[in-house]
Amino acid sequence: MQVSMTVNGDSHSRDVEPRTLLVHHIREGVGLTGTNIGCDTSSCGACTVHVGGQSVKSCTMLAVQAEGESITTIEGLAETARADGIATGEQNWHPMQEAFQQCHALQCGYCTPGMVMAATSFLKENPTPTEAEIREGLEGNLCRCTGYHNIVKAVQSAAEGAS
Amino acid sequence: MTATIEPTKGGFGTRMLRKEDPKLLTGENKFIDDIKAPGQLWMGMVRSQFAHATINSIDTSGAESMPGVHSVLTGAQLAEMGLWQAPLPCAWPVTEDMVNPPHYPVAISEAKHVGDIVAVVLCSDRYGVADAVEQVVVDYTPLPAVVNLQDAVDGKAMAHSDLETNKAFHWPLDPNPEGTAAAFANAAHVVKARFVQQRLIPMPMEPRGCLAVPSPAGGEIVFYSATQIPHILKIMIAATSGIPENKIRVIAPSVGGGFGGKLNVDADALLAVTLANHIGLPVRWTEQRSEGAGASHQGRGQIQHVEAAADENGKVTAIKVHLDADMGAYMMLITPGVPLLGSFLYTGVYDIPNLSFSCDGHFTNLTPTDAYRGAGRPEASYAIERIMDMMAHKIGIAPEEIRSRNYINGGEHFENFDAASTLTFDSGHYKPAHDRALELADMAGLRSEQARRRDAGETKQLGIGMCTYVEICGLAPSRALGGLNYGAGGWEHATVRLLPTGKVEVVSGSTPHGQGHETAWSQIIAEKMGIDPNDVEVLHSDTALSPLGLDTYGSRSLAVGGVAIAMAADKVVDKAKLIAAHQFEASPEDIEFVNGSFSVAGTPTKSVHIQELGFAAFTAHDLPDGMEPNLQEQVNFDPPNFAFPFGTHVAVVEIDIETGGVELINYIGVDDCGIQVNPLIVEGQVHGGIVQGAAQALFEEAVYDENGNITNPSLMDYLVPSTMEMPNITLDSTVTPSTTNPLGVKGVGEAGTIGSAAAVINAVCDGLSPYGVTDIKMPATPQRIWNAINAGSTGGAA
Repeated sequence: MQVSMTVNGDSHSRDVEPRTLLVHHIREGVGLTGTNIGCDTSSCGACTVHVGGQSVKSCTMLAVQAEGESITTIEGLAETARADGIATGEQNWHPMQEAFQQCHALQCGYCTPGMVMAATSFLKENPTPTEAEIREGLEGNLCRCTGYHNIVKAVQSAAEGAS
Repeated sequence: MTATIEPTKGGFGTRMLRKEDPKLLTGENKFIDDIKAPGQLWMGMVRSQFAHATINSIDTSGAESMPGVHSVLTGAQLAEMGLWQAPLPCAWPVTEDMVNPPHYPVAISEAKHVGDIVAVVLCSDRYGVADAVEQVVVDYTPLPAVVNLQDAVDGKAMAHSDLETNKAFHWPLDPNPEGTAAAFANAAHVVKARFVQQRLIPMPMEPRGCLAVPSPAGGEIVFYSATQIPHILKIMIAATSGIPENKIRVIAPSVGGGFGGKLNVDADALLAVTLANHIGLPVRWTEQRSEGAGASHQGRGQIQHVEAAADENGKVTAIKVHLDADMGAYMMLITPGVPLLGSFLYTGVYDIPNLSFSCDGHFTNLTPTDAYRGAGRPEASYAIERIMDMMAHKIGIAPEEIRSRNYINGGEHFENFDAASTLTFDSGHYKPAHDRALELADMAGLRSEQARRRDAGETKQLGIGMCTYVEICGLAPSRALGGLNYGAGGWEHATVRLLPTGKVEVVSGSTPHGQGHETAWSQIIAEKMGIDPNDVEVLHSDTALSPLGLDTYGSRSLAVGGVAIAMAADKVVDKAKLIAAHQFEASPEDIEFVNGSFSVAGTPTKSVHIQELGFAAFTAHDLPDGMEPNLQEQVNFDPPNFAFPFGTHVAVVEIDIETGGVELINYIGVDDCGIQVNPLIVEGQVHGGIVQGAAQALFEEAVYDENGNITNPSLMDYLVPSTMEMPNITLDSTVTPSTTNPLGVKGVGEAGTIGSAAAVINAVCDGLSPYGVTDIKMPATPQRIWNAINAGSTGGAA
């Protein structure tokens, strides 16, 4: 069936099998492979994107459920920051991307797109979180490399930079 | 030519931000599942649902009629097709008489573990292949299965029907049995323990996967694989498939973590490459997470019988260890060698004159075991560090006191210490790390808080544990590996080339999967050649770009591969110096090299930067007589010894004595990995390592039911820690240069894991000591802790 959505500002209309997961549609239909898949139980959060500004594990949604939605993936995050006038650093990235590099909050980088998308959405809901709140807010995103120490620091740093 | 010499940016000790990050932070990066080939077929595996069963028949007709299905092939059909010339390889036959039953990618007549492949499906569609796999009907007759290690030791059933024993090998390391016997005979104190190292699943966030792209006309095949070992894989594919080695190109794209889990020559990989080669179409496979839990290898899986003898002062005089190690159903690449890697570390950081070690490897009808972060060394460190605490407890002295009484050279600096294991420790200086960790933890304050809570009878009790670990890094001197009957060397290759425009290319045989090699290797060039690290490009993980290499595992990348790069850089500088001398019409002996610039001694105003000499070497218009054009040098560095990093870790846990709930509330690590190239990267490695070891202590275990089914294969029930389970970590470091290599570096990839499981369990046992608990089984779950408190026992540890 036909499904239409806006991904990182561009509209995409495609024919999909009804059972196609949103994450597979984004990766294989739209062709944006920055969003990763780390599990088959919606546990790891590597596939987190923004749907209508809210963070969503894109393996928990069918592509057809995103009909008419506006989706942002890691590839489009810096652009949204530029549009919002909050882009920062040498690379003109979203402050969360900048904070992740500055704090060494990634190693293999596989969980990173999902982690960054979850963290930006979390800070929108809670712009001045405590460390405990950050940990609670990112509970649904797993990382095997960093032990989370520097991820928590990066989110703190992004929050401080924004306030 | 410039008159001022700028200090070089980015040399050793610089907390340089990683060059890898921009691509990873913007989604530009390519992992294995991001790569596609036109006309590719998806591969799906039909896997055994029985731990041990005869395969009577396989009905593939239903699957074959599914849309998009190209073919469905059983083990018997594949055997007839002659895709393999040899079984899957085990590169480490640890003894001459090691039993190693043939292991083909697809089982032919008998499945040996749940997850063993019994048939393979090729289909044009990702979803279609999963549908088709479900339509393959296999008729099995279940056979008696041995689904835990103790049952295998006891011979309750045979994992392989055609063998009369489950025992695969017996491997002793007993340099001085009389010494050990005398030490135990004369001991004032003896402590015995049985520790279980539960099976762990590596669980890198990126599942395994591969894509094989053949070129039927040319006979070549490009094999993309999420692997830690493209070079070894290339050789092994050639050896098992018969495809000529020089027709195979292996590329590891960005790899999303490994931890040993991608250090293998898997059935899945060999199937993809041989099928693609056979049918002339690209074949791809991406593992499902729950599939991988039973199908890719697991770590640990040991029962350790440990005894320590000490004199009346708590000076430990001998350690005796017998290990029963779970091989799983088959020998994978280094399955039998993993437990032996720990054998040399059972005396830890201590001057213990006698070590008697033996290991029996046993087959079970479970997923094969193999390397997982630390590979044998966390197990050894756990055993010695637990037994030191038990000894301290028995004698009635503090854990830090027994360690101080036993350190090599009293904790003071030493070089080249001959340990009882027969290895020579390169260097160590244990007291500063020990003192600093206790200071950072505020040990006195913690103990007084612990006493207060105990006196007040509070519900939440404190437990404080320490671990003073040493590990073996920089795998490995090739001769040492030869002595252990390992099937390869331990050298590493590097090429450094200064390009005509002054940029640098480093070619490395090390293969990163998150470690930050591109950054660290660029910093080595900055340090050695005085060149901005941003002018350096690192080529790796592609056997066409980097034909020689032995890849990444065993904390070897810097201590072997990095050293090779530094030595190649030195050779480039040496040659460039001759060109500079020629240009200055001076003698090479009079040329100085500072921060990237050559000048004649005494006349620093006249200088040339090394990057400016790339063009002269390229044009070769005016080189010294007899000099070859270009600035490119290579080194194959074979380390003369291992490197032995060390450190002291302190863990603090809070235990709810009413519920058994345990929380890791503070963790301090003071690590010494020798000279640090990039402290930012070092800290990141230690953070992640600590959490993996703490996860073994508290959360993770591959749990099998009585039929050999893994009951927690997904990330929903296999408890990889989240943000909520881990505290912030306080780190510091000391620096004791290695004497093994000219950079003085040691390695840090596994250190955290090697220190943390013991520190956390020591903390749990310390917290539970008022309840008569002396040991607890890993993972120390709330249920086990509650049982231990209420039984006043070991919580089932023995």
